Amino acid sequence: MAEKKKKLLQGNEACVEGAIYAGCRFYAGYPITPSTEIAEGMSVRLPKLGGKFIQMEDEIGGIAAALGGSLAGLKSMTATSGPGFSLKQECIGYACLAEIPLVIVDVMRGGPSTGYPTGPSQSDIMQAKWGTHGDHPAIALTPSTVPEILSETVRAFNLAEQFRTPVMVLYDEILGHMREPVTIPGPGDFAVEDRAKPTCKPEEYHPYDDKFLIAPLAPFGSGYRFHVTGLNHKQDGFPTNDSKVIRENNERIMRKVHVNRESIWKNEEVMLDDAEVAIFTIGSTARSARFAVNELRKSGVKAGLLRPLTIWPFPDKAVAELSTRVKAIIVPEMNLGQMTLEVERCAKGRCEVEGLYRVDGEPITPSQIFHEVRKYL
Amino acid sequence: MSDRYEIRFSGSGGQGMILAGIIMAEAAAIYGDKNAVQSQSYGPESRGGASKAEVIISHGPIDYPKATAIDCMLAMTQESCTKYHGDIKSGGILLVDSEEVKTVPQGAFKVLSFPIIGTAREELGKTIVANIISLGMIAELTGVVTHEAVEKAVLSRVPPAFLELNKKALQIGFESAAKLK
Amino acid sequence: MSTTVAEKKEKVSVPFDYNKYLRPNKLPHIWCPGCGHGIVLKAMLRAIDKAGLDKNNIALVSGIGCSSRTPGYVDFNTLHTLHGRALPFATGIKLARPEMKVIVVTGDGDALAIGGNHFIHACRRNIDITVLVFTNATYGMTGGQYSPTTPLESIATTSRYGNIEPPFDTCEMAKASGATFVARGTAYHTLELEKTIHEAITHKGTSVVDIIDACPTYFGRANKFKSATHMMEEIEKDGTVNVKQAANLPPEKLAGKMLRGVLHKVEGPEYCEKYDILIKEKASAKK
Repeated sequence: MAEKKKKLLQGNEACVEGAIYAGCRFYAGYPITPSTEIAEGMSVRLPKLGGKFIQMEDEIGGIAAALGGSLAGLKSMTATSGPGFSLKQECIGYACLAEIPLVIVDVMRGGPSTGYPTGPSQSDIMQAKWGTHGDHPAIALTPSTVPEILSETVRAFNLAEQFRTPVMVLYDEILGHMREPVTIPGPGDFAVEDRAKPTCKPEEYHPYDDKFLIAPLAPFGSGYRFHVTGLNHKQDGFPTNDSKVIRENNERIMRKVHVNRESIWKNEEVMLDDAEVAIFTIGSTARSARFAVNELRKSGVKAGLLRPLTIWPFPDKAVAELSTRVKAIIVPEMNLGQMTLEVERCAKGRCEVEGLYRVDGEPITPSQIFHEVRKYL
Repeated sequence: MSDRYEIRFSGSGGQGMILAGIIMAEAAAIYGDKNAVQSQSYGPESRGGASKAEVIISHGPIDYPKATAIDCMLAMTQESCTKYHGDIKSGGILLVDSEEVKTVPQGAFKVLSFPIIGTAREELGKTIVANIISLGMIAELTGVVTHEAVEKAVLSRVPPAFLELNKKALQIGFESAAKLK
Repeated sequence: MSTTVAEKKEKVSVPFDYNKYLRPNKLPHIWCPGCGHGIVLKAMLRAIDKAGLDKNNIALVSGIGCSSRTPGYVDFNTLHTLHGRALPFATGIKLARPEMKVIVVTGDGDALAIGGNHFIHACRRNIDITVLVFTNATYGMTGGQYSPTTPLESIATTSRYGNIEPPFDTCEMAKASGATFVARGTAYHTLELEKTIHEAITHKGTSVVDIIDACPTYFGRANKFKSATHMMEEIEKDGTVNVKQAANLPPEKLAGKMLRGVLHKVEGPEYCEKYDILIKEKASAKK
C-alpha cells in the first residue's frame, strides 16, 4: 500500500472530501438526483467534526440556510441539480450583492424542467452565469475527473472566501456518479484560504468598506454589529437610493472578479502547440475529447484540446489567443449550444467555431468528436 | 488505448450489478496496480428494470469513462442481455445466467452460459451472492485482476458476518469459470 | 433612608432609553402615520431589554415587506433577506451559532404566503427562534393587495369585489406545525404585547407571536375605516379577547373574536440542542 490513502470514490463522494478538506462546516440542502450523495455524505461527516448539516424543506431553504451559516462565520455549502439550481437563483443573486461566501455544487442533469434526472447534461452553463437577475459576478469551476472534483471543490471554497462571493462547481451526472481512484489529501497538500476578518474597532467597521475592493467580513455574533440587505447599499450596509453609490457598488462587485480573473482562470492544454483544429470543452465531454485527440494524433491529424477548469469568468484570453492559430475550434457540449456562443464571441471570426451538441441523455462519444474534427481538414 | 479493458455488468436493479462493478474497479485500482473507472446507468427504479455498471481497466489514464468496445459482458437477465449486448467487441465474451437468458444473442463474440443465480441458491442458500459468484467468474475469465485482489476487494466491502459466505461465493465463481474456459 | 426613596423615585421617572437599541441615524422609519409597526418595535425593544439580552448576541432577521424593514433601525446583528426567506436564513444562523438569540420579524404575506413552507417547517423543528408576525392583512409595500390573513369579503387592490379566500389562523397553524410557544398580541394592547414578546423570547424552542397590527393606508382606506384609531379599536380592541377572560365569557360574546395572550406553551426538545447531543456522540465515537 502507498503511504497516502487511495480510495475508489464516486464524484459526489470526492466533492464531500474536498469540502471537508477545505474546512466546510455547514451544509444545508434538499435531496435531488443526481447530487444527493453530497448531502448524504455531509450529513455523516459534519457532526463528527462539530459541523452542522440540515436538510431543509426545499431548495430555496437549503441555500438560504447555508447563507445564514456563512454569515455566522462557517464555511458553507449547498448542492443541487438543474431544477434545484433554478430555484436557488434568487438567493445566488442575494449572495452576490450581499457578498456572502458560499459554494454551490450543481450536478448537471438533463433538462429542461424535470427532464432526465438520471441522465447527464451540461445545460446549466449559462444558468450559472445568467440565472439570477441583475448584473453580478459569476465564478464557476468545471472539473473533469473524480480527483479533480475533490481539488476543485477545495479551490471553490478558497475563491468564495477570498472574493466574498458565491462560487459554483459544475459537473455532469456522469462525473457525479462515476468512480475513480482518489488519493485522499493530507494537511498541506492543497492550500486552504479563509475569509479576511476585520481588524478595526467594531464601531469603525463597515461590511462593504470602500477602502477595500473586497472588505473583510465579520461573523454575526462576534461583536461587530452590522446590517446586511439585498437592497443596493452603502459601504455601511444600509440601503441607499444614491445613484452614484448604487453604480459604484454594482460595478465593484463585478470588478473584484474581473481584475482578478487571471488568478481565477485555470486551463489545461492538450497538444495545442501545433494544433490545426482545437476542441474546447469541459467535464466528462473533455474526457471524450482527450480520447479523440489521442486517436486523431495517431491518424496524423493535428488536433488539440483546450479544457477550462474555470468556465466563469469565461477564459476569453485563452480562446482569443487560440483562435489566431487554428483553423477551427470545435465545441462539444451536452446541450444545444451554450459555450459555443462564448467561444464565438472570443474568436471574433478569426477561425471557424462549430458546436457539437447532444441532449439525449447520452455522453458525446470520442468517435463523434473524431469525425467532427476530421470535417475541418 | 490497446491496454483499455472494458467490462459491463448487467442485470436488474437490486441484483448488485453496480456493487460488482465497484468491487471489480477496487480490485484493479486499489488492490491491484492498475487504473480503473467505474460508471453506471440506471432508471428511476431501485429494484427491477435493466441496470448496468461498467468498469474500464487500464495501466494508464482512462479518458472516456463509458464502454466503447466491450471485452467482457455479464447479463443476469434476459432484458439486460437483449438491451446491452450490442457493444461487445468482436472476439469478446458474453457471460449469461443460463436460467434467465433463454434467447442468447448472436454475434462475433463467445457466449458462456452458467446457472449463476441457481448455483447461489443451491450451493449457498442465498441468491444475494450471485453477483459475487459472477465477479469471481469474470475475474477468472478475463484475468484482468488477480484472485487475491478481487478477494481483498470483496472482503473490504462485506460486513464481518458475511465474510465466509462471500469468500465461498467468490471461490465458486473462480472454479466454475475455470471449467467453462 | 431618604436617599433610597429619592433613588427609587428617580428610577421610576427615568424614561426607557430606546436609543440604546435603535440606530438613530437610520430614522425616520418608512412606516406611514397610523401604522402599528412602530408600536410593535417598541414592545420588542422593551421585551429584549427586560430579558437582559446582549446586543452583540442578537440576530434580527427579516424578509421583505414593511415590517421587514425593522432590522435596519435596530442596533443588533441585522439581516434583511429575500421575500419569504427570513426563516431559513435565521435557521442557518441559529444552527451555526446556537448561542445567539435569533428573532425573525416578518409580515403575514412574507411568513405565511411566499414563506409559508419555511414557517411550518421551522415550527416543526422546534428550533429556538422567535417569530414575530406583523399581521396587517395586506401587502402594504406593494400597495394593498389581499394577503393570507385578509378577512373574507374585504376589499384590496387585488380583491376589488371582495376577498373570496378564507384567511389563515396563524396561531392554529403554528401550533399544528409543532411550535412549542404560540401567542397573539395586538399593537393596541401595548403592555400585554411587551409581556407576550418577553415570554416568547425567553421560551426555548420555536415561539410564534401573531401580532394584529393595522394598515390604515391600504387596508383601512379600502375598507372604509374612518381613521387609524378607529381601525385599532374595531380590529384590535373589539375584535380580540384575552384568552384568560375568554374562559369566563359565553360563546355569543366570543363570536368572531380572535384570542389574545399565550395560546399554547409546552416543553419540547429543541433542534440545536439535539444537534449538539449528536455532535457529542459522533465526535467522541472515533471514525
